[in-house]
Amino acid sequence: MLRMGIDVGGTNTDAVLVDTGGRVLAMHKAPTTEDPLDGISAAMAAVGQDVDLSGVGKAMLGTTHSANAIIQRRGLGRVGVLRLAAPSSLAVPPGADWPDDLREAVIAAEEIIEGGYEYDGRVIAELDEGAVRRFAEAAAGRAEAVAVSCAFSPANFEQELRAAEILVEELGEAMPISLSHRVGTLGLLERENATMLNAALLGVARRVVDGFRRALREHGIDAQAYITQNDGTLMTADRALEMPVLSLGSGPTNSMRGACSLAGLADALVVDVGGTSTDIGILVDGFPRESATAVYVGGVRTNFRMPDLISIGLGGGTIVRPGEGGVSVGPDSVGYRVTEEALVCGGGTLTLSDVSTAGGRLSGFGDPGLTADLDGAVVSGALDWVDEQLAARCERMKASRDPMPLLAVGGGAHLVPERVTGASEVIRPDHYPVANAFGAAIAEASGTVDRVYQYDSSSREECLESARAEAVAAATAAGAAPGSVRVTSVVEVPMTYVPGGGCRVQVKAAGPLESY
Amino acid sequence: MRELTLDQVDDLALGATLLGTGGGGDPYVARLMLRGAINRYGPVTIVEPSELPPDGLVMTTAVVGAPTVLLEKIPSGAEFTASVTALSSYLGRKPVALMPIEVGGLNTLLPLATAVEMGLPVVDADGMRRAFPQIEMTIFTLAGISASPMAVADEKGNLCVFETNTNQLGEILVRGAVMSLTLANAMASYTMTAAEVAEHAILGSVTYCTELGRLLTAVQRGEAGAYDRFLEFAEGSIIFSGTIVDVERRTTEGFAKGTVTIEARDGSERTMQIGIQNEFLVAFEDGDPVVTAPDLICILDAETATPITTETLTYGQRVNVVAMPCAPQWHREGMLEVVGPRAFGYDHEYRRLGA
Repeated sequence: MLRMGIDVGGTNTDAVLVDTGGRVLAMHKAPTTEDPLDGISAAMAAVGQDVDLSGVGKAMLGTTHSANAIIQRRGLGRVGVLRLAAPSSLAVPPGADWPDDLREAVIAAEEIIEGGYEYDGRVIAELDEGAVRRFAEAAAGRAEAVAVSCAFSPANFEQELRAAEILVEELGEAMPISLSHRVGTLGLLERENATMLNAALLGVARRVVDGFRRALREHGIDAQAYITQNDGTLMTADRALEMPVLSLGSGPTNSMRGACSLAGLADALVVDVGGTSTDIGILVDGFPRESATAVYVGGVRTNFRMPDLISIGLGGGTIVRPGEGGVSVGPDSVGYRVTEEALVCGGGTLTLSDVSTAGGRLSGFGDPGLTADLDGAVVSGALDWVDEQLAARCERMKASRDPMPLLAVGGGAHLVPERVTGASEVIRPDHYPVANAFGAAIAEASGTVDRVYQYDSSSREECLESARAEAVAAATAAGAAPGSVRVTSVVEVPMTYVPGGGCRVQVKAAGPLESY
Repeated sequence: MRELTLDQVDDLALGATLLGTGGGGDPYVARLMLRGAINRYGPVTIVEPSELPPDGLVMTTAVVGAPTVLLEKIPSGAEFTASVTALSSYLGRKPVALMPIEVGGLNTLLPLATAVEMGLPVVDADGMRRAFPQIEMTIFTLAGISASPMAVADEKGNLCVFETNTNQLGEILVRGAVMSLTLANAMASYTMTAAEVAEHAILGSVTYCTELGRLLTAVQRGEAGAYDRFLEFAEGSIIFSGTIVDVERRTTEGFAKGTVTIEARDGSERTMQIGIQNEFLVAFEDGDPVVTAPDLICILDAETATPITTETLTYGQRVNVVAMPCAPQWHREGMLEVVGPRAFGYDHEYRRLGA
């Protein structure tokens, strides 16, 4: 059985076919298209030229559709936001710290109504059901989805469920409703933000999943369709339709995990150079180190677990401008049009791909003769800038004097010099241009447990041990190879009001798919 | 007299997070509340105590509760004005200004939001120049100033006013009231005259906090020499660099208590353990207490220089531990009983930082 991994980035759409031994049978890199689904379909066709696609059993898609929709404020659904918390929380309405343009694009209606829970399980106020109905009336015809948040809903979600029932009664079964306790954990504003983004992305998710399935059908592929998540695990396409927000940061995760697997290293710096930007991250024991601080997505604060990344505007299409005081580079890029606009491709724009060619770092791209006239000072000036940028960012990401290997991946990896200060060596693993699609193809199966335990009847350690074991079993049931599953996260939310010290425990376990 | 405008709020909030030494509540919410208040009512007027009538009353207002609860239960805003109004009517006199009880954590910013809403100036001073978990832990207590009468209010219109003989007992009563009123409430206390503020408070602390935040922002931007400038202004130093290998915490009696363990990154076997009681209070290196309250222990993300709060501590974070001496005004008789390590149940001597 084969696996197909696809990654849609801002500049390129990549596809790989991987066999059960993890060998790459075919790979293709193509420009991302105006409608990204055209690029996906083209990439599938390309990898299908040499390999029979009917052997593909699982197809994994990692895509920037959702992230780009938020960053560009395009294709987002309009959302009605209902918070159950009044009279608390009135000082900070939903979306208070959203960028103005995003707030205008997304929020169709917002209301804080009576409801919510205290830390000890008492209600802040009983749910004002009449207010839910009035909100539904105000949102009808304006909102395409509803997001519901509630104070302390991770510990008690009855009011959220009841509000959803009423909203369905008023707005009909077809109205999608995102409930905050399903999206995030403690931290009302961050959880509410994530829930609002999730609701706004439902339409994007529908288009992506439908298009992905259609492309698979058109190429005669009868495979299970998966979308990759932020943490490097898979979710089924059906779940992605409900929880698009969980795939927001999957691109960098795929690229880092792909690089790590292709190079056979567990601890390394990863520098992923695309057409427009470079992401620098760090692998610790085979997994991206996660950001410790709040993650902002398109200017919105969330409490997702995301890879800790430094991004800079440096890519193969980044525009280079010679000037009197020296060379200025970027941050703008010709993006996927590099194959037409770069000098080396016969275009009229000086890009980093051109100076990379002239400087001897890039070969086999366009006609090197077209860069022969470039001023040597411009070439060395631009490349010095690249080297300085990369060295400084790598050093910051590392935060330790010990040198470690550096994995250079992505279509623009040629820009990474042979020596980087602080790196013991620079490695360009096989198939490095498509490390992200490879990362999608080797994404893992996962299992979760979300349950309330009584710490008094048995000790905390016993409860956590049983939850861990159950999550591992669930991951195995989802297809992970037995013996290779490990626990990836444990979240405890004490429910102090439950006699006997109840605690909501959420455990996630993940492991590589069996037969991989 | 000067104005504190919207563009200074982020520096003030960052400085407040740092001076919160891991606790004092994440100023994120307070920052949103202050921004909202400035947008609605205009900039904050900051005054020196000498600019106020000497016998005019200055009150502090603060949020009391548990930081973890405040992540879920966002203030309404009305509880703060209610606490000040309740205290005014109990005393029969209105304040001429408000003051932060602590410049550290969200209580740095909240009185500013309340003050603009009530049309009052804010005195550039406080009683801690850091954050502490208990109400009596102020320089005012050392000066013999009573926290009473105290008013506690919630967002639903419930309030109580009481007086106690000691600030320690005031803390106990407030804590009891707040436990019953759900751990996210407003308190007004420490009413004093402007003359008393001038004599006893830590002056200039709002300005100090904003400047710390500005210098730390420069560090975060990666400006050359910024870390040195920041440490020089704070009179601080990096005492440990490592990776967090364990975070143990529990919420008891309304406090978030626990211990964080950090392993050195330099390959040595050194570890640092930091005791938490809402704030980072005692730092032990290989079992030896190297910094204790009232000196400041701050944990900064090693890469981003973001101050890490106790709620956001996680396994695997790479951090720098920065120690900063407390405000010099603390060094007077009675300090150790009120804010020394033994006041927090740590049986260790206070070792003055840098001494």
